[in-house]
Amino acid sequence: MNALTVENLSVAYDKKTVLENANVTVPSGRLTAIIGPNGAGKSTFLKAILNQLPNKVGKVEILGKLFDPKSLVVGYVPQRNAVDWDFPTNALDIVLMGRYGHTGLFKRPSKQDKLLAKQALESVGMQDFAQRSIGQLSGGQQQRVFLARALAQNANIYFLDEPFAGVDAATEKTIIDILKSLREQGKSIFVVHHDLQTVKEYFDYTILLNKTILASGATEEVFTPEQLQKTYGGKLFMMQDMLGANSLC
Amino acid sequence: MLTGNLLWVLMGTMLLGIAAGITGTFSFLQKQSLVGDAAAHAALPGIALAFLLTGQKDLPILMLGAGITSALSVYCIQWIVSFSKMKADAAIGLVLTVFFGVGVVFLTVVNHSPLGNQSGLNNFIFGKAATMTKADLTWLFLSATIIIIVSLLFYKEWKLLIFDPMYAKGIGLPIEALKATLTVLIVMTIVTGIQSVGVILMSALLIIPAVSAKLWTRKLSSMLVVSAVIGGVSGIVGTFISSTRTGLSTGPLIVLVAAAIFFLSYLFSPAGQMYKYFRKKQFRKQGEVG
Repeated sequence: MNALTVENLSVAYDKKTVLENANVTVPSGRLTAIIGPNGAGKSTFLKAILNQLPNKVGKVEILGKLFDPKSLVVGYVPQRNAVDWDFPTNALDIVLMGRYGHTGLFKRPSKQDKLLAKQALESVGMQDFAQRSIGQLSGGQQQRVFLARALAQNANIYFLDEPFAGVDAATEKTIIDILKSLREQGKSIFVVHHDLQTVKEYFDYTILLNKTILASGATEEVFTPEQLQKTYGGKLFMMQDMLGANSLC
Repeated sequence: MLTGNLLWVLMGTMLLGIAAGITGTFSFLQKQSLVGDAAAHAALPGIALAFLLTGQKDLPILMLGAGITSALSVYCIQWIVSFSKMKADAAIGLVLTVFFGVGVVFLTVVNHSPLGNQSGLNNFIFGKAATMTKADLTWLFLSATIIIIVSLLFYKEWKLLIFDPMYAKGIGLPIEALKATLTVLIVMTIVTGIQSVGVILMSALLIIPAVSAKLWTRKLSSMLVVSAVIGGVSGIVGTFISSTRTGLSTGPLIVLVAAAIFFLSYLFSPAGQMYKYFRKKQFRKQGEVG
C-alpha cells in the first residue's frame, strides 16, 4: 500500500499560489526527505497534506484513505518555534498530549496513557527531564519532547517539520535513530529537511520540491546533481563551490 | 455589620473572582487578555439597550443584553483582523472605544428618560455589589458555578488548544468549537461581573489574578488554583471594604486588592524580584570565594 498519494494539490495564500499542481506517490515503510530551497513551500506541502489549510484543492490520500484526523494514524511534529515554550507545563505533560486523541473528550488520561507517555519520553532519552518545565529545556530537548509526543500517539505515519533545525549533534543522532527504528517497524516517515549533506545518509526516499514536486523516488535515483540543479537553480552552484564540487552527491 | 445579605454578597463576589481567575488564566495564556477588556467595555451598550427596550432593571435581561453586545465585539475584532490588514491591537482599540462610546450615548438616553433617574444603571460602570438583591445574587451564583464547572470540564482540551492548536487539529479535536466555547465562557464571566465589578474594570479581574499566578508556578493546574484563589480573595476583600465605606464602588476596590496581591507576588514569588536579587548576591559571593 502507498503511504501517501497526492494528486493535483495546489495551495494559495492571499491569491498567491505557493504550491501548484503537486503530484507524488510514496510507498509505505520509507523514510522520506522533503527538500527544496527556502520558500519552496515545504511546510505548506506538509500542512496541506494534514488538512491544516483552508485554501487548497486536490486530492490527498494517506494509507489509501482520505485523511481523517480522528483515525490518529498520522503523528505530526511541528516546527519547534510554532509554539510558545513559555506555556506553564512540564515535559511529561506535553508528551501526554500525544494520548489525548485516544483518551477522548473530557476524560482524564488513564494510568496506561501516563505509562505510554513515560515510555515515549524514555525512548528519546528525556526520562530525567519529565518534571522539568518546558521553558527550561534546550532547543534539542524541546525537539525530543515533540518527537516523544508523536511517538506516544502510536501513529502509523509520521510527518516532521524541520526536526533538525537548531538542535545539537546528540539530539540529531537520537532523532534519526528513532526514525530509522520506526521504519524497521514498517511505519512511514516524512521529514522536511534542510541539510543536503545528510540526505543520502539518513533517507531512502526523497521528494524534491520547489513550488511543485519536481522529482520523487529512491534517494540514489533522485538525489543527483541534475535534479538538485533543477530544484535549487543557481543557489546550488554557490553551495557546491563552498563545499567542494561533488561533495553532495 | 456582617449582615446576612452582605455575607451572601461576599460569597457571590468570591465565586465571581474564582470564575474570573480560571477563565482569565486561559485567556491570558491564549494572549487574548485585551480582547476580554474590549468585550467587558462592550457590555455597556447591551445593558443600556436592554433597559431601554424592556423598561425594567431585571438582571437576567440586562445580562442577556450585555452578553449579546459583548460577544458581538469579540466577533467584530476577529472579523476585522481576518478581513482587513489591521493588526489585532488596533482592532481591539477600535472596537473597545466604539462600543463603549455607543454605550455611554445609550446610558445618557436612559438617564434622561422618565424611568432613568431611579434605574441605577450608572452603577454598572464601576460596579456596586451592595446594590445586589437576592434575585441578582441567585443569577450570579448560578452563572459563576456553571463557568467553573465547564472550565474544569474543558481543562485538557483547552490546554492543548492553547499550547499547540495545529497538533490539536491534527488529532481531530474540534478546535473551532473549543475556541468558541472559551470565548463564550469569557463573555459569561464578564456578564456575571457587570453588576458587582462594572464594565470598565471587569477585565482587571480576568487579567491580574492570572498574571500574578504565573509568577508562582510553572504548571497550568496549579496556576489555575492560584489564580482562582487570588481572584476569590480580591472579590471578598474588595467587596467588604466597599460595603463598609459606603460610597466607594466595588470594582476599583477589587482591582486595588488584586493589584496589591500582584505587587506582593512580583516581589516575593519564585519568579519575583527578591528571589532574583538574592540569587545574584549568592552567585557573586560564590564567585569571590572561587
